[in-house]
Amino acid sequence: MTDTPETKPFEPTIIGFTCNWCSYRAADMAGISRMKYAPNVRLLRLMCSGRLDPMFVFKAFAGGADAVLVSGCHPGDCHYINQNYKTLRRFPLMQRVLAQMGIEPARLKLLWASASEGQIFANEVNRFIEEVRALGPLNWNQTGSEVPAEPAHEEVPA
Amino acid sequence: MSEDKKPHTENTGASERIGVYVCHCGTNIAGIVNVGDVSSWAGNNLKDQGVVVSRDYKFMCSSLGQELIQKDIKEQGLTRVVVAACSPHLHEATFRTACKGADLNPYLCELVSIREQVSWVHTDKAAATEKAKAILSGGVARVVHHEPLEPLHVPIHPATLVVGGGIAGIQAALEIADAGFPVYLVEREPTIGGHMAQFDKTFPTLDCSACILTPKMVQAGNHPNITLLTYSEVEKVDGFVGNFVATIRKRARSVNEKDCTGCGVCWEKCPKKVVDDVFEAGVGYRKAVYVPFPQAVPKYPVIDRVNCTYYQKGTCKACEKFCPTNAINFAQEDEILNVQIGNIILATGWQLFDARRIPNYGYGRLANVFTSMEFERLSNAAGPTGGAIVLRDGKTTPKSVAIVHCVGSRDKNYNNYCSAICCMQSLKFAHLVHEKTGADVYNFYIDIRTPAKDYDEFYQRLIEEGTLFVRGKVAEITDAARNPGEEGKLIVQVEDTLLGKQRRIPVDMVILSSGMEPRFDSKETAKIFGISCSASGWYLERHPKLDPVATMTDGIYLAGCVQGPKDIPASVAQGAAAAARILGKIQQKEIALEPVRATVHEEQCSGCRICNTMCPFNAILFHEDRMVSEVNPALCQGCGTCVAACPAGAISGTGFSNEQILSQIDGLLLLTVKNKEAAAA
Repeated sequence: MTDTPETKPFEPTIIGFTCNWCSYRAADMAGISRMKYAPNVRLLRLMCSGRLDPMFVFKAFAGGADAVLVSGCHPGDCHYINQNYKTLRRFPLMQRVLAQMGIEPARLKLLWASASEGQIFANEVNRFIEEVRALGPLNWNQTGSEVPAEPAHEEVPA
Repeated sequence: MSEDKKPHTENTGASERIGVYVCHCGTNIAGIVNVGDVSSWAGNNLKDQGVVVSRDYKFMCSSLGQELIQKDIKEQGLTRVVVAACSPHLHEATFRTACKGADLNPYLCELVSIREQVSWVHTDKAAATEKAKAILSGGVARVVHHEPLEPLHVPIHPATLVVGGGIAGIQAALEIADAGFPVYLVEREPTIGGHMAQFDKTFPTLDCSACILTPKMVQAGNHPNITLLTYSEVEKVDGFVGNFVATIRKRARSVNEKDCTGCGVCWEKCPKKVVDDVFEAGVGYRKAVYVPFPQAVPKYPVIDRVNCTYYQKGTCKACEKFCPTNAINFAQEDEILNVQIGNIILATGWQLFDARRIPNYGYGRLANVFTSMEFERLSNAAGPTGGAIVLRDGKTTPKSVAIVHCVGSRDKNYNNYCSAICCMQSLKFAHLVHEKTGADVYNFYIDIRTPAKDYDEFYQRLIEEGTLFVRGKVAEITDAARNPGEEGKLIVQVEDTLLGKQRRIPVDMVILSSGMEPRFDSKETAKIFGISCSASGWYLERHPKLDPVATMTDGIYLAGCVQGPKDIPASVAQGAAAAARILGKIQQKEIALEPVRATVHEEQCSGCRICNTMCPFNAILFHEDRMVSEVNPALCQGCGTCVAACPAGAISGTGFSNEQILSQIDGLLLLTVKNKEAAAA
């Protein structure tokens, strides 16, 4: 899927933040079950998706990632009772800040995957990689001066 | 958002001596990843990060592999170790222990997964090798910022709180008390015994439920190590494993326990008769002052203030007049107790599915449709009919009885799950009806599930006894007769899936084998104890296979149906298992906790209290005097949400600090950046 020498497709690099209790174990489950997915995602383990400081996401983009995956337990299943809801609330804010910085919000994906959902994890990672491939390399205007017209509707009303 | 306070330069130099070990895992990793390339790449390209030795080996987890690491730690003076092998969930402990064996703090070791996350999920060898390098580089960048840590040790209070006095709770309490440690057994009802006390016979042996239960109740009631708190509820739990404080409301019985002898004169003389919805399942009566059943433990009665004439109208006091020991105390008030405990067992049990929710079965509308619990009371020799199985009129013996399985269970309109006990319970009912009345008994089932010891033998016995089995889910129970033969009967409309046709079977009595449901307040109770429920309300165990007794919250264990539907032997086993787990802990006298914890740096804390509301474990306390927050390390579970939320960056997360994560991001992207630079040049 990644090897087409003539027209070498763009290979995005994706940083994936996973929760120790569910999505990291879903990735383990995908491995144990030998489910295949494209090698573009590099996972980083947190104890909980609630640990995800938005700074980490921006750091990943600043450091050269083309997209970022945030994954955690399904709402209601959090190992720490309800901390994934905090991630759920932070997520739209992060997407909005990205838009303001000139990064397509679609480069940030939220995925709920329980420890048993290896197949879902593999499928969703593959799908996300294709979506990012379609977006192309992150072409971040370093000055941040060009804000795309598209997220204008997200402006906070006065 | 929070920022790093320490300058990056401090650690980015080659201040550490890092050893890198790449595992072949036979061909599991080496078959896809060029491990030799990964190892030599790390040795050559990560030198500036401090990598002084980089090796690959066939099986790093073998004792030879571990010795290799230990030798390097000693000879090369390694201060950090990175192993690229399988998932940390498999072998993190192995490599930490190996480091500890060579006098390197175990938390200075990092395991990165290039098997589950690389070789097993990718097919392109070049891309997989590239990814393995990236992951390894992330681990190296991260490990530089690791700190030597020690597990947290906290003492364990020897007392245990058991919530729920059914058979699971009684068993757990007795096990712990017999081992010599104190137990508080809290029960909401006036007596312990739970649902098992209501049953007539138990399957498959048909021994009398009360005969096997009441000796245990008495034992629990008299045990010197058990403090029995009936008619009481836990209102609040503070603290953490080893050191909980529970606030228990001991509701006013209006009877002085010290003076009462349990003689029974009060309930004989009480003029107020009340339908007993709890113990008698609505088919019998009790008085306003009552013990639920004669063998109740403790023997002291309770005045039901909602129904007592004195409390409602201000006159009567018959019980007080006749009490020979002046034990009645109308002015008694609720007592609030605070007890110190080290561990908690939740055994709060289950409740019966409300059959009224299935209107086409007619329960509550058709008189002779009974629930399983009503039938238990009818059949019980101590029940309202003295054990006679009769229709709702109280005298007619049924000539034909239908037993409907899976009422409210295995039905996506109600509960998806199987209630586990209904098949055996229905077979037991069939036997009892047959034995006591000689009636024809029909069992309407979807599947017969008899998986435990001697259960299927019981089913075979029932078939031999002549019980009729109809395979099909009952569509409707009605009294609308279509022909003279159906007049005055209840007609069970069912598709017999073995015959492949619709049948109408007229019977005198229908027993609905209602399923088990979590207690109506199970979610609120879960909140009090800080544990999680599944979507249906059963409490979540730590691991469905390997740890069905503990919860995700340290120090809180589950016993009986609170975790999911189960029968008496399974509840007893789980109660005993929970007790054993706790006894093991108590005997250690202290408990070691993973040191992944949050810490507030007081000098940076602005006292905004944002973190206070973030913590679901109430681990963050606020010092009003100094206007700063502090994390209680024994209560903190280490999720790190407060670390991410602190606007001042005043909270750091051990094991998952900002530096560690930010450096790991850099490391993961090292190759990507290099490739981009190469492409640009």
